Amino acid sequence: MSADITTTPIPKPEPASQFSTAQATAAEQAAMQSMMRTMRKQRIQDFFFHKTTMLFALSVLLVLLGIIISLMVGAWPAFKEFGPGFITRVEWDPVNDQYGAMIAIVGTLATSGIALLIAFPISFGIALFLTEICPASLRRPLGTAVELLAGVPSIIYGMWGLFVFAPLFGDYVQPFLKSTLGVLPIIGPFFSGPTMGIGILTAALILAVMIIPFISSVMRDVFEIVPAVLKESAYGLGCTRWEVVRKIVLPYTKTGVVGGVMLGLGRALGETMAVTFVIGNANKLSFSLFAAGNSIASTLANEFAESDTVLHTSSLFALALILFVITFIVLSAAKLMLVGMSRKEGLK
Amino acid sequence: MNQAAINPQEPIVPMNKVYRKRLFRHRVGIAMSVLAMSLGLAVLAWILVTLVINGFSALSVNMFTESTPAPGSEGGGLANAIFGTFMIVGLSTLVSTPIGILAGMYLAEYGNENKLAAVTRFVTDIMLSAPSIVIGMFVWAAYVATTNHYSGYAGSIALALIAVPVVVRTTDNMLRLVPSSLLEAAFALGAPRWKVAMTVRLRAVKAGVITGVLLAVARISGETAPLLFTALNNQFFSKDMNGPMANLPVVIYGFAMSPYDNWRELAWGGALLVTFSVLALNIISRTMFSQKIPN
Repeated sequence: MSADITTTPIPKPEPASQFSTAQATAAEQAAMQSMMRTMRKQRIQDFFFHKTTMLFALSVLLVLLGIIISLMVGAWPAFKEFGPGFITRVEWDPVNDQYGAMIAIVGTLATSGIALLIAFPISFGIALFLTEICPASLRRPLGTAVELLAGVPSIIYGMWGLFVFAPLFGDYVQPFLKSTLGVLPIIGPFFSGPTMGIGILTAALILAVMIIPFISSVMRDVFEIVPAVLKESAYGLGCTRWEVVRKIVLPYTKTGVVGGVMLGLGRALGETMAVTFVIGNANKLSFSLFAAGNSIASTLANEFAESDTVLHTSSLFALALILFVITFIVLSAAKLMLVGMSRKEGLK
Repeated sequence: MNQAAINPQEPIVPMNKVYRKRLFRHRVGIAMSVLAMSLGLAVLAWILVTLVINGFSALSVNMFTESTPAPGSEGGGLANAIFGTFMIVGLSTLVSTPIGILAGMYLAEYGNENKLAAVTRFVTDIMLSAPSIVIGMFVWAAYVATTNHYSGYAGSIALALIAVPVVVRTTDNMLRLVPSSLLEAAFALGAPRWKVAMTVRLRAVKAGVITGVLLAVARISGETAPLLFTALNNQFFSKDMNGPMANLPVVIYGFAMSPYDNWRELAWGGALLVTFSVLALNIISRTMFSQKIPN
């Protein structure tokens, strides 16, 4: 749709009869010249419009570059001191100025992973409800209500988690899990230890609630692009609604669903305030999911303002760099999968 | 297509074993789905009710007129934090709106013509979900560490970095919905590209772009992590954006964990205020311009 102005036919100015031929040519030339001037002016304006908007678009790229560079610069002293082994060191001791990223990495991956395990089936159920079961008139309000879960600020989840959810969870659910799952042979150790309410599992549950709206909204979008013909053929063969969803909709939208899950994972990895409230902030590794731990984001939120040595600050920057790289990879994968899905929509 | 599902009341085929098993699976699946939906709504309701129960008693005139109390002192309010949040969020909205709209216009206008725009669109999508605490640390390193003091400006910059991708994304999406016949009509009248983009294309989706801005405001109003190391906090009422500034999220964070009862009560009051404002913004932007939002 780029209009090539130069090829537009130039309308001849009306030659007035009272002018002589020579006068008309002069008037025509003047009109031509003024038109050329206008067009030249517009070309320059278009050029500036293009370059100005491009500058602003590039600013987004520059910010990303700036973030990566400043994190690398900040993390340099830590990597120089501890080497690449910083990532696998299981030690975080600000008192003796010894740092390693493993505890925080494990905490981050454990909380986000468990959150995904819980959030995936629930998000699937919600997306299924909103696309296949819900009466059309309720679809919008209920969809908005679920999306509001994403609007609630992170810190509110933290307060609710710490003051309302964790006490109940510690008093009723954790003892129950301990007495049932805790006695099983292999997974038993995960559900042992004191039931304090706060800890890795609590953080994972809160994270699950926080990422449900993101995953379910992506799932809902991709479920809606399944061609009606496919579903109707299955119904025509006598499939139940559940079978249609399970065997037609889900396989067709596989890529998009995985993309949505990855998007949720990306969100969960970087979530800060809610996790900081409920994870317990203990710099140690533990088998028990009831134990207090630390995630990368919660370590940053707790310690960055109080870090007094260069090495401490730098180690925190190194953690931030690791977190940024992990989320970047996860979100890129999510994005690529969803792009593949929207191509499929074009084929519909 | 819902009508096409098998109606369990009138079995078409005799109830043999296989059929009964399939029907059972269907019922369990649907029941789980309804359960998942109720669970989601229940958690939302639980959080909102918690906020109202705990925060309602703190809502008073004092909350809006008095500044945050000193440790151990009685009473107090959140006036300085509310004012600070307004200033910081307001400034970052002012900065991020034009940047986001212009960048979004670039992507919509020239986005299909070159690789650079494709990369920008990709990066914008990633920045939408980038961990906000890392953005806070970036602003600390780039601004706070170089000027050697925490400031409201730094907080605004951090929030703007989070808001810009939201505005870019919605603007880009909205602009691409404008029918090309409208643009071609303007081109046929001899209008240059910039004029078509600004006065025809952008104007056609004005409501959608405003929605994007409102969603961005809703997103940054409750952000705590990026403000922890940038705007910090201030116990007193301060209009100086070049110094540390109180703001609701950080005050809530500090007060919620404190040992003083009146601090904790104020934290719940602030939480109630922030949550309901953010949710109201969300609902308003979604319903007011609902027909303009592409799904």
